[in-house]
Amino acid sequence: MGVDRREFLKIAGYATLFGLGGTAAIDILAPGELEASATGIPLTRGKRWAMVIDMRKCLAQQDKKKCKDCMVACHREHNVPDWGEPQHAVKWIWQDKYEHVFPDHPNEFVDEGVEGRPFILMCNHCYNPPCVRVCPTQATFKREDGIVVMDMHRCIGCRFCMAACPYGSRSFNWGDPRKAPKSLNPDYPTNKAYPERSKGVVEKCNFCTELVDKGELPICVQACDKIKVNALHFGDLANPESNVRKLLRDHYSVRRKPALGTGPNVFYII
Amino acid sequence: MYDGGKIIVGLIIGIGLFLSPFIYNAGTAAKPPDPQLTKKAKEAKVCVAPKAYMRESHFKMLDEWRHTVVRDGERYYKAADGKIYYKSLQVTCLDCHSDKTKFCDQCHNYLSVNPYCWDCHIAPEEKK
Repeated sequence: MGVDRREFLKIAGYATLFGLGGTAAIDILAPGELEASATGIPLTRGKRWAMVIDMRKCLAQQDKKKCKDCMVACHREHNVPDWGEPQHAVKWIWQDKYEHVFPDHPNEFVDEGVEGRPFILMCNHCYNPPCVRVCPTQATFKREDGIVVMDMHRCIGCRFCMAACPYGSRSFNWGDPRKAPKSLNPDYPTNKAYPERSKGVVEKCNFCTELVDKGELPICVQACDKIKVNALHFGDLANPESNVRKLLRDHYSVRRKPALGTGPNVFYII
Repeated sequence: MYDGGKIIVGLIIGIGLFLSPFIYNAGTAAKPPDPQLTKKAKEAKVCVAPKAYMRESHFKMLDEWRHTVVRDGERYYKAADGKIYYKSLQVTCLDCHSDKTKFCDQCHNYLSVNPYCWDCHIAPEEKK
């Protein structure tokens, strides 16, 4: 026999010592070097991003002048083409009537302030996203900070996610966006720094991950703030002192189809 | 051998057809790839990694960048010399290597590889 009990305990003891001392020594001698690269860590770790839409402000602005600034800004930022036909529409941020947005608010006598009014819609970035659960290639997934994103490189265009999403937040590319009608998209692609999508993939709102990762606000929020309407609020639900948590504390808010248990992260103040 | 003449004539025609592309291209060597750096890339002198690595394995790095950016939200890359780069094919790589036909396509065409990057990523406009 090579190792007796005493020998084994000695080896085990030394191994523990070296194991513990190893990481500690590196941390003391070269702090931060243990992580692969300091700048590689997601800047939004530990957050839970959400959007609060103050429809009172939004509708007031829509009354004043048919404001579509957030939609225009988003489609410019993400090279979303206009196909001119509703069945081919690629939806990132769009509008629909109150009754269609909240079908689970049954009321024969709806408040005049919201009856038939256009609400702003986008992907709800659900806490429990059904689209992620059904994706066979894991092309769509939830990031650590709660944003539900698409990995276009992996999408095979099976459209399971479109069937799973109860909010209609996902759109299929029926054609190459580069072949979208030139008359409707004279200066397409509008943002040379952002890619397009190819025919046969599904796309949706990505809460502007490309901007959030740089520490900027989503482009729709920026567009709304630019005209000083401030109807869109983007913030961190994990922080009790954040702008969105404060708004939700001070106002009564609703979410779309909460009974389905998806946990939408887009809130509406009516 | 029955119909020997016809068979031999058929064989000769068949072999001739088979060899025709080789005969057609005989003596003309394919043009070796000649990737050219833009003025901006020449001035920069260094890429995100050594030249030899980039020539042989740039696609591995692009694959890694794509994975870490899209899936992990890691947008920045620390090069060996400590310089920090924004990980983006369209914004960072193509900013220096803005001449796709004279740079990327040179080797890609020679080796007959067709990366589908450009189906979605926008190549910079080139002056003719």
